[in-house]
Amino acid sequence: MTVGLQHYLTLSAVLFAIAIAGIFINRRNVILLLMCIELMLLAVNFNFVAFSRYLGDETGQVFVFFILTVAAAEAAIGLAILVVLFRNRRSISVDDISEMKG
Amino acid sequence: MPFITPDFAPALAEMTLLGALCVVLIADLFVSDERRVITFWISIAALAVTLIAILAAQPLSREITFSGSFVNDSLSTVLKFAAALCLGVVFIYSRDYLMRNGLRKGEFYLLSLFGLLGIFVMISANSMLTIYLGMEMLSLSLYSLVAFDRDSSSCAEAAMKYFVLGAIASGAFLYGVSLIYGVTGTIQFDVLTTRVAEAGSDDVALWFGLAFVLVGIAFKFGAVPFHMWLPDVYQGARTPVTIYLGSLTKLASFALATRILVEGLPALYEQWHQMLLVMAVLSLIFGNIVAIAQTNIKRMLAYSTIFHVGFILLGFFAGNAEGYQASLFYTLTYTFTALGAFGTVALLSRAGFEAENLEDFRGLNARSPWFAAMMACFMLSLAGIPPWVGFWAKLHVIAAVLDAGRFAGDTAVIFFSVAVIMVLFSVVGAFYYLRVLKYMYFDEAVDRHTLEAPADMRVALSLNGLAVIGVGLAPGGLFALCAQVIG
Repeated sequence: MTVGLQHYLTLSAVLFAIAIAGIFINRRNVILLLMCIELMLLAVNFNFVAFSRYLGDETGQVFVFFILTVAAAEAAIGLAILVVLFRNRRSISVDDISEMKG
Repeated sequence: MPFITPDFAPALAEMTLLGALCVVLIADLFVSDERRVITFWISIAALAVTLIAILAAQPLSREITFSGSFVNDSLSTVLKFAAALCLGVVFIYSRDYLMRNGLRKGEFYLLSLFGLLGIFVMISANSMLTIYLGMEMLSLSLYSLVAFDRDSSSCAEAAMKYFVLGAIASGAFLYGVSLIYGVTGTIQFDVLTTRVAEAGSDDVALWFGLAFVLVGIAFKFGAVPFHMWLPDVYQGARTPVTIYLGSLTKLASFALATRILVEGLPALYEQWHQMLLVMAVLSLIFGNIVAIAQTNIKRMLAYSTIFHVGFILLGFFAGNAEGYQASLFYTLTYTFTALGAFGTVALLSRAGFEAENLEDFRGLNARSPWFAAMMACFMLSLAGIPPWVGFWAKLHVIAAVLDAGRFAGDTAVIFFSVAVIMVLFSVVGAFYYLRVLKYMYFDEAVDRHTLEAPADMRVALSLNGLAVIGVGLAPGGLFALCAQVIG
């Protein structure tokens, strides 16, 4: 059996679904949320590279470079916000981020 | 493929802003916290130069450059001009608040200007990559701006919520883009239009991609059911950041929706207009009803934003030139009305006292009649009462939807019922806007402080209030402009 486009797309969809599920099921730790966000972007990159190879067009791979760069910046800002949150609350539990409601 | 040096002239506004931003960045290093006002004036100068550059870069016809990923047209001139002007007013409203509350940091101005650059890139985007980069540039600046007050627990919480939900929206948006790219083999909007038209609109993968892209757009707008972040972020952030969020980001969201849906995927109108319908009607109903129950003014205005987003989306739902024009008109007028309303909230707070509750407006007329009148103007405009400008904005959207309904055939009843819902919920919305007026004019003041503000803020707020009623009395000019840029 050769590995074709549909296998890559399935894998990517599974990764994406795991990431979304991880974000909504996880109630313990904010760092896990950041990991899920990274996983989600990687699933997208997988899709782009697979389509790029399949179509024989470089645009998708160029897009991936930009997503990787932005993901790095995003992780940096996410962790910085996490540090601010921890300094104020002494906790990084998801359940504790619920001061505002209504 | 040979490398062709792109034409840089259409991107003059972006390059000027970037250059001016670097000047602010360097200059701010040499300014002490006590003299931070210098950064403010340099930032205002940077915006003034940018405004001139926007006018200088005004195109005669649609210009596309950077291998098809950047577009400069009259729509981008109007939106960029409004955004830069709006940011200048945000700075004027914020300066005094930041000084009084010990937030004398140059980062506020820098991050705001970086966000503006992101908005410019989104406005001028002609490919999915450009629009994504602009969107991220804006979002990353906003996440940091919300967490700007490092010692505040609510700021940190709001920033974290905004960050996580914003990242999910970006991820969903990108997943949709990757599917659309896979089906059509392009990310450039004008090529996308022809490829989708050739491929036909019954490709399921394309619908799937469209749905994910719409999630991203709806999130940036704050439309129900992707509105969860909006009230918490508006409430948790410091008021200057809320002014920024409440006004400028709507221009960016409008650009996002116009470029992708109207210019990139018009062939999928049948699919996206149904999804927009559901989100817009839910936003109208939910935003309004929950806003009634709020006691915090920032939270109330956040829910009212959700309601107004419903109107903006319904302009797109109409799917004709009148609808897009009405949406543009609505976005522009809403941006400046919300700017004034949040600006008044900033005006009301003092050192160590955050005017956040509706009760803080009690007896404002006795304390400061002129600013009470300005706030009344903003509230009446948001409520959509003639002759304030909000009335014309709502009227044009409703007219466009009814007009679209006349040609809709079997589905005409949907368009007519939507128009009825819009009218009904505008009436419901009037309740909580008029309640602010009741607090200001008919309640005894508990707090006897007079409002203190520097002269430039008083002038800006007064001009803002007068513009809301002035454009309301003579809406023809602005509407002609909207009709001109969206042909």
